[in-house]
Amino acid sequence: MLEIKNLHATVDGKEILKGLDLTIKAGEVHAIMGPNGSGKSTLSYVMTGREGYEVTEGEVLFKGKNILEMEPEERAGEGLFLAFQYPVEIPGVPNTTFLKEAMNSVRRYRGEDELDAMQFVKLVREKTKQLGINDEMLKRAVNVGFSGGEKKRNEALQMAVLEPCLAVLDETDSGLDIDALKTVANSVNLLRGPDNAMLVITHYQRLLDYIVPDQVHVLAQGRIQRSGGKELALELEKKGYAEFTGAAA
Amino acid sequence: MAATVETVEQVRGIEKYKYGFVTDIETETAPKGLSEDIVRFISAKKNEPEWLLEWRLKAYRHWLTMPEPEWAKVQFPPIDYQDSYYYSAPKSPEDRPKSLDEVDPKLLETYEKLGIPLTEQKMLAGVAVDAVFDSVSVATTFKKNLEEVGVIFCSISEAVQNHPELVKKYLGSVVPYGDNKHACLNSAVFTDGSFVYIPKGVRCPMELSTYFRINAENTGQFERTLIIADEGSYVSYLEGCTAPMRDENQLHAAVVELITLDDAEIKYSTVQNWYPGDENGNGGIYNFVTKRGACRGRNSKISWTQVETGSAITWKYPSCILQGDNSVGEFYSIAITNNHQQADTGTKMIHLGKNTRSRIIAKGISAGQSDSTYRGLVRISAKAEGARNFTQCDSLLIGDRCGAHTVPYIESKNRNAILEHEATTSRISEDQLFYCRQRGISEEDAVALVVNGFCREVMQQLPMEFAVEAQKLVGISLEGSVG
Repeated sequence: MLEIKNLHATVDGKEILKGLDLTIKAGEVHAIMGPNGSGKSTLSYVMTGREGYEVTEGEVLFKGKNILEMEPEERAGEGLFLAFQYPVEIPGVPNTTFLKEAMNSVRRYRGEDELDAMQFVKLVREKTKQLGINDEMLKRAVNVGFSGGEKKRNEALQMAVLEPCLAVLDETDSGLDIDALKTVANSVNLLRGPDNAMLVITHYQRLLDYIVPDQVHVLAQGRIQRSGGKELALELEKKGYAEFTGAAA
Repeated sequence: MAATVETVEQVRGIEKYKYGFVTDIETETAPKGLSEDIVRFISAKKNEPEWLLEWRLKAYRHWLTMPEPEWAKVQFPPIDYQDSYYYSAPKSPEDRPKSLDEVDPKLLETYEKLGIPLTEQKMLAGVAVDAVFDSVSVATTFKKNLEEVGVIFCSISEAVQNHPELVKKYLGSVVPYGDNKHACLNSAVFTDGSFVYIPKGVRCPMELSTYFRINAENTGQFERTLIIADEGSYVSYLEGCTAPMRDENQLHAAVVELITLDDAEIKYSTVQNWYPGDENGNGGIYNFVTKRGACRGRNSKISWTQVETGSAITWKYPSCILQGDNSVGEFYSIAITNNHQQADTGTKMIHLGKNTRSRIIAKGISAGQSDSTYRGLVRISAKAEGARNFTQCDSLLIGDRCGAHTVPYIESKNRNAILEHEATTSRISEDQLFYCRQRGISEEDAVALVVNGFCREVMQQLPMEFAVEAQKLVGISLEGSVG
């Protein structure tokens, strides 16, 4: 599904990723943990093609295609989804309008027919029901006046509607109380399947109590320093990241 | 000098006509330039009564003495009024494009994006077609329905012939000929426009649109519109069209006058998409419009909604004079400028009657190297007890080479008036665009989405069928503004 080889990337001329390798297969859930400033968010932005994140070396293959040359919307069309750490507000644009625009843009990219209003509403209602989201959220402007929990649930809803092949969750747990965390984790688990994969980026291991990963990686100083099973997360929780931040210095 | 000679000859022609020599009206064009003779020529061509000619002439003489309005934040070289034609008969079929193949492909591309049917495309592009248009037959049934309820909807030239008492009573009663230089020019040389009269107690059974008015061609340059809503009546009027109209005249100076009597309401919606010039700021229409409504009666209401996306320069302030007690004025505006366009637009709300209320929602979007200004005046007279105004002006910037300005004037002579003013300026953020693109939405669609969200309050005021096209138009007019 995803193959990252020797990825180097800079932001404002400063090298943040320094030779990162990562392989994720279909059906797997991987977690990336690491201290602040280790390059976790940079990785998610480089993968999704945000402006200002420059790749200087290495490659990112997604379903066998080199996506680094693609526009962000093309990568989304290929099935790459990023659940944002800080979802953006778009005043005046109802959530449904946004979702429909996104859905049909992706379908056009894939050469599929666009959904009409009726088909779309049916699909979205199905998803909100599945995730236990109040339909009222659909009428509100995208993320405007949403609480932290609502914003993250809205990300989960978008993910559910767009059904990506690979979902990257960037610090989805940040700012959530335990109940909100559970509902978000539940919705993520609903999307797990043999044909898709997930990359969960987190600072704390508590999210991993609810989204159980197949593999855990420690990202520090721009590289994967260590990989292991879910027990690695617990170990990090105890010992902290000191071992990795000091190691290469 | 050559022009003068030409004029003299032309006027000799008119003299002949006056004394009964038949001339073929269809094929005549007045010579270039503006003079009293040209004004007489236009009036004679239209077989107008003496009082109207006198009014035109007064306007013309006054126009000569008036200075150009220079307070707007727009820049353009001085207009050479002698370099224009002020009367030309409709183009003959031979002069027009024979088919859509001869029409600018860029124009056709836009029609395509707006989803305009082929026959309408032809009409808009001025293609000569022998067959009867669908819209013409639609217009005929349309007219019948209106006649049944007593609504008069015709060209202003027809109204001058058939309803002179109404025209004489109301023409120039809201926008006097000496109001400003552009309105004054219009008063002297207007060639055509719309006339609407809604009788007492009648709710106009359909939305009236310039689009369906027969003989609507070639009236764009100095258009004159007069709408009267008699006591207890209602009408919704749609002006313009989302499709860009082909027009070779650079200067457009229209005048629109609205009058509501007791308990009457006029809702006037405009989509203005005249040619804005090319990416480098060459060409484009100068759109200098005077629009004003008078709420003469008690409890009457005038609501202006405008979507301004076209023209090189827009100079336009649809206003309301709230004379009747409890009358209401509204102004909802979206002004989009891209490339080198300039827009200076806003409104005036003049509160004269008691408990008069006004509401102003203005959304300006600037992209490219364009400049957009909101200019508004809220004036509360001493007698306007209990008057209220709410004003909200929001500007959205796309890129870092454009400008947005807000110039609100407030004059209150009544202590009990309540005035509220809110203004914001924001920028389309990189964050918003990236968020949309990550969801699969292309950059241009993302801009259109964000801008439509920004304009939502105003879009909601548009009649449904207009709103859908206007939303698409937002995207089209901002093409090339990012990336």
